[in-house]
Amino acid sequence: MSVNRRDFLRIAGAAGVAGATSTVAAGSAPATRVSDDWMGMLTDLTLCVGCRKCEWACKDANQLPGQQPIDAYDDKSVFERRRRTDAINLTVVNRYDPAAPGEQPVYVKTQCMHCFEPACASACLVAAFRKTSEGPVLYNENVCIGCRYCMVACPFEMPAYTYDDPFSPAVRKCTMCFDRITKEGGVPACAATCPVEAITFGKRSELLALARDKIAAEPDKYVNHIYGEHEAGGTCWLYIAGKPFDELGFRTDIAATPYPELTRGFLSAVPLVLTLWPALLMGAYAFTQRRDELARAEAEPGENAATEPQPGDHDE
Amino acid sequence: MSEHAGHAATPRDWARDALFLGQSFGAYLKGLVTPFNLIAAAILCVGVPVAIERFTEGLAATTNLSDDSPWGLWIGFDVLCGVALAAGGFVLASAVHLFGLRDYRPLVRPAILTGFLGYFFVVVGLCFDLGRPWRLPYPMFVSYGVTSVMFLVGWHVALYLTVQFLEFCPAVFEWLRWRTLRKWAAWLTIGATVFGVILSTLHQSALGALFLLAPGKVHPLWYTPYIPVLFFTSAVAAGISMVIFESMLSHRIFASRLGNHDPADMNRLILGLGKAGAVVLLTYFGLKWLALAHGQHWDLLTTPYGWWWLTEVFGFVLLPCLLYAMAVRNRRVGLVRAAGVLTVLGIVLNRLNVSLITYRWNAPERYFPNWREFVITITIVTVGLLTFRWIVNRMPVLHDHPEFGPAH
Ligand code: SF4
Ligand code: SF4
Ligand code: SF4
Repeated sequence: MSVNRRDFLRIAGAAGVAGATSTVAAGSAPATRVSDDWMGMLTDLTLCVGCRKCEWACKDANQLPGQQPIDAYDDKSVFERRRRTDAINLTVVNRYDPAAPGEQPVYVKTQCMHCFEPACASACLVAAFRKTSEGPVLYNENVCIGCRYCMVACPFEMPAYTYDDPFSPAVRKCTMCFDRITKEGGVPACAATCPVEAITFGKRSELLALARDKIAAEPDKYVNHIYGEHEAGGTCWLYIAGKPFDELGFRTDIAATPYPELTRGFLSAVPLVLTLWPALLMGAYAFTQRRDELARAEAEPGENAATEPQPGDHDE
Repeated sequence: MSEHAGHAATPRDWARDALFLGQSFGAYLKGLVTPFNLIAAAILCVGVPVAIERFTEGLAATTNLSDDSPWGLWIGFDVLCGVALAAGGFVLASAVHLFGLRDYRPLVRPAILTGFLGYFFVVVGLCFDLGRPWRLPYPMFVSYGVTSVMFLVGWHVALYLTVQFLEFCPAVFEWLRWRTLRKWAAWLTIGATVFGVILSTLHQSALGALFLLAPGKVHPLWYTPYIPVLFFTSAVAAGISMVIFESMLSHRIFASRLGNHDPADMNRLILGLGKAGAVVLLTYFGLKWLALAHGQHWDLLTTPYGWWWLTEVFGFVLLPCLLYAMAVRNRRVGLVRAAGVLTVLGIVLNRLNVSLITYRWNAPERYFPNWREFVITITIVTVGLLTFRWIVNRMPVLHDHPEFGPAH
């Protein structure tokens, strides 16, 4: 990784070695500009039938271990317990049974949300995550040290870790099929495979408009909430549903504040400590030195300074 | 050191003095058979194979870490508690070198040594936890996540380890009898102390700030924007209490090597530390409530987690605070020490509450450490104690070096 001058200042700053020039850069880094060109996905939970073909396609596209023939994914017993994404399943579908009899269950596909200002990226001490100009948030295994702070930070609990790999464990999460979508006409594997078109791939700005239109057209069918529009500052992956999201396993306590904001206050206090503390401490030191000198001068006018050792001056 | 230490001429003499405590090698080996050493050996017999297992079989085979609980005992105890409890070094160094409390000089070297070893073994513990520990230097040399609080922690722990090493260097140089270097190192002390205080302020609070990114995961009673300040204040309390605690242990165990410090003097110092402990804990107690009021979580106090929070705040913050105050008032050194132990337990409880006990409090499946995680933690602590003892028995830590006179 090459380091230009600005990077260097920021590094020095955040590390707190360069003094005050420092975190001016890190603390007041301009907020990420939301781009209309970011790609995204819209999952319409009223359409999903829980066939789990998207899980199959995801595993296939990412060459993950544990692949089974596509028919095996019809097995409904997996819905008996709630699953989360893990190192070999970058997307999982869960079933939420209806509260009242007669209603249909709701199936929810989850995966990385590709946040506008990702918590994982702001947590990572080696900048292993990056928000691409295309929209997906990508992870770079080659620098990851495996502290797993990104997993602590992600509000959607999406990154998973290959704990069973002793020598090259790594974080795994959905890439929005970056390699496919950056090719002409490419679509993420799950969206391409979904038999009922519950997942739409496109520009995030257009998907948001589409979601609004859908809700406006059928206000009885949808709850008036586009999940991902504001959560954690906005995400590229959006959801619309026929039931309140808190009944579908979504965290609804996630504020609209982008996650990097949560630590920005602390990080911008760093230069303050760096400039004030040395001054205060050296002041205290000078004061006590002077006090001791005066005390010595009064008490023992004949003695030399060796009775009260000075730093660096008390060898013999 | 033995009487003829000053005349050690040949390397063999030096080795006998400096390494084998003035005994012949055979006598030294025989002296090693003590109950403490036997227990330590037994722990190592279990710990070393488990350590090998960790690095050959991986984290899944040796821990109960999961995607839902990415941090376990090694982060919660070895790292978070380790750093807090090692705060004694910076607390005492600043008291003596910067604020002129020279009476506390005899306690500085043991405190700096425990601080240094504490941090060193924190890093050792971290190496067990990291997926790829051999990439530990990456944040310094390869790739820079400047927006990360963890980046700050990483750099600061590395720098602070260096600073503490410098601060301890005079003792090493005295042991090796390198006079010129010793003189240079002593000149560095003030600079190193100031730098050390800055680094400590920042990374002690940064460890708390790590959890700012986990709202809704850490229980709301413990999640607060004040968490950096809470971590810092409690680390100062922990540092003071650890010095009290160590002064008790080391003075019992290393009595033979102690310099000519008058026990009455020592008691006076400990009472003084108790006073400081009471003040810091009272501040911390106030801050805990301030944080609660800021979050407006009064209603949660009547939930089970609320009771747990109150237990921590009253039983492990206010109680030791009052004990300290009473002990100082009645000049009871024993009670100061009891309060010190209680404070240390309280800080450990707090760090575990934030990182493990209330972390993902609403999740259906909760993390509990694998027995191997406990074994590794116990092993690291044991090796830490052995190292501390090895150094204290050889280098001028608890006593002044006869040829160099009072240090600092
Ligand atoms: S959902 Fe989690 S892993 Fe995905 S970009 Fe957002 S913070 Fe990162
Ligand atoms: S586990 Fe890897 S990607 Fe995640 S924060 Fe740590 S270094 Fe970064
Ligand atoms: S493939 Fe489509 S319908 Fe099937 S589970 Fe996935 S999102 Fe739902």
